Amino acid sequence: MILRRLLSGDLPRSRVLALILLAILAGLLLTPFAFPGAKALNVAAKVCVFIVLVSSFDLLLGYTGIVSFAHTMFFGIGAYGVAIALNRMGPTWTAVAVGAGSALLLSLALSLVIGLFSLRVKAMFYAMITLAVATAFQTFASQLSEFTGGEDGLTFKVPELLSPGFSLSEHPFLGVSLDGRLIAFYLLVATTLVLFLLMLRIVNSPFGRVLQAIRENAFRAEALGYRTVVYRTYSNVLSAGFATLAGALLALWLRYNGPDTSLSFEIMIDILLMVVIGGMGTLYGSVVGATLFILVQNYLQDLMKLASEGMAKVPLVRDLLHPDRWLLWLGILFVLSVYRFPTGIVGKLRAKSRAKA
Amino acid sequence: MTSALETQDLTIRFGGHVAVDAVSCAFAPGTLTAIVGPNGAGKTTYFNLISGQLRATAGRVLLHGEDISGCSAPQRSRRGIGRAFQLTNLFPNLTVLENIRLAVQSRAGVGLNLWSVWSNHRELTGRAEEVLETVALTAKRDLAAAALPHGDQRKLEVAILMALEPDVFMFDEPTAGMSVDEVPVILDLIRSLKARRDKTILLVEHKMDVVRELADRIIVLHNGALVADGEPAAVIASPIVQEAYLGIEVAK
Repeated sequence: MILRRLLSGDLPRSRVLALILLAILAGLLLTPFAFPGAKALNVAAKVCVFIVLVSSFDLLLGYTGIVSFAHTMFFGIGAYGVAIALNRMGPTWTAVAVGAGSALLLSLALSLVIGLFSLRVKAMFYAMITLAVATAFQTFASQLSEFTGGEDGLTFKVPELLSPGFSLSEHPFLGVSLDGRLIAFYLLVATTLVLFLLMLRIVNSPFGRVLQAIRENAFRAEALGYRTVVYRTYSNVLSAGFATLAGALLALWLRYNGPDTSLSFEIMIDILLMVVIGGMGTLYGSVVGATLFILVQNYLQDLMKLASEGMAKVPLVRDLLHPDRWLLWLGILFVLSVYRFPTGIVGKLRAKSRAKA
Repeated sequence: MTSALETQDLTIRFGGHVAVDAVSCAFAPGTLTAIVGPNGAGKTTYFNLISGQLRATAGRVLLHGEDISGCSAPQRSRRGIGRAFQLTNLFPNLTVLENIRLAVQSRAGVGLNLWSVWSNHRELTGRAEEVLETVALTAKRDLAAAALPHGDQRKLEVAILMALEPDVFMFDEPTAGMSVDEVPVILDLIRSLKARRDKTILLVEHKMDVVRELADRIIVLHNGALVADGEPAAVIASPIVQEAYLGIEVAK
């Protein structure tokens, strides 16, 4: 079966999960037509970028059991690579290739060095080392303002095909103008799909099984003849590579990059939350987690505004539902979901369908 | 003929404590040697030094005459020293079949293959299923290892070693904690392995009847030192064993 091959034999193994995944895919594909307006499109694009980013983090945390806080660094390298190249070389595809290519090389080299030097140490120390490196990199990026635009970041033009000015046809299709933004959006969705399936393939390869073995019991994996340092380093390098590509996609979509959009520690925390909410070590969990989190992040305030207005007569409830309290509710939602679903949404759904079978 | 495995003055100190004290012993190919001794005698530590989980303070380990003292545990495993652990040491959240497959896969050397889909490696899965059959765990192949009862976990522990197919098999109390009716499965496995005469087997075991039946030779460790070595009947009868080992057992 083609689907089985595309998914590398790793099916959702839960009907509800399969439906959710289909709904996410359909939602992304239909966004420009079903939900007009710039906000919806931007949210959908962000969902795509984060699906790649969170999946790449899951490769590291969920599959290999490595806790790294340097993931946004690689995300930032990808975004800055494209931003700097397009800013300096002008809006050409060559610049995109040069930017993404050199960012990939830098990320691979950095992750290789960090991996080889520090994956031998205990998990806790590794987390600390990555935290230090990431923080140093963040400072470094804002200090090099001549290249990176410092705290202000860089605004740049993208190749014409992807820019709003480009038009495929004079006539709008189903009420949507066929401009470069639309092309950029669908390219983004397609790239996300390809990168996700690629990662799914990797975790389901013999190599992917060894990563899981190392996560489960590194001592025994060594006794079976697997050199865990080598595997951990590969996992680190691969994960960094995919995160870099996610960063490049983000920059291309936003036509802007700055420290707050791709390097900040807040994003690192968000990634962690997304992978935990969705379910570690499943990859599908990253899709569900990223989608849910970004939807809540962007629409919870709107929802609360409605609710607060509806409750305008009830004093305390009205204040609790005020849009300014949205972070409080996000926090409560997070605590509840971790408490109710310690194995994440995907883990819970799979356990349910296993119990039925 | 060179020995399959040999230790020369193998020693490890933890601080002031000498856990294994200058143990020199050669193991002939195709033989089964039982290693006995009271708790704390250094049997498991001796195993750890051979399979590379610990590095010796002094002395050497030779595999087929070649010095492997500098090799890491994974290197020794790939060179043909296989080990089953006394405390069950599995991949708890992977299925029973996957636990075994990982050993088969290590032997096949496809661990770094990123592109193929693991479930398409029929030959590996087939081999894993064969091994599963020998320990009578086929019905539980899709359960997580952690979900197995203790006896089945012990069987899986041994099955992983079988799947690895090393030249030197090291069993560390393979039947410990098993119920009486489960023990024969493991003993039959070891017996048939021994009958092949092409594998070298080291067995740490407390049950004297098992040792007497299976072993070609017994060595006795006491306080980290090798105190007796020879034919099973002679060693068991020797005063030092009566005192150092059986004395304790009788006293129980």
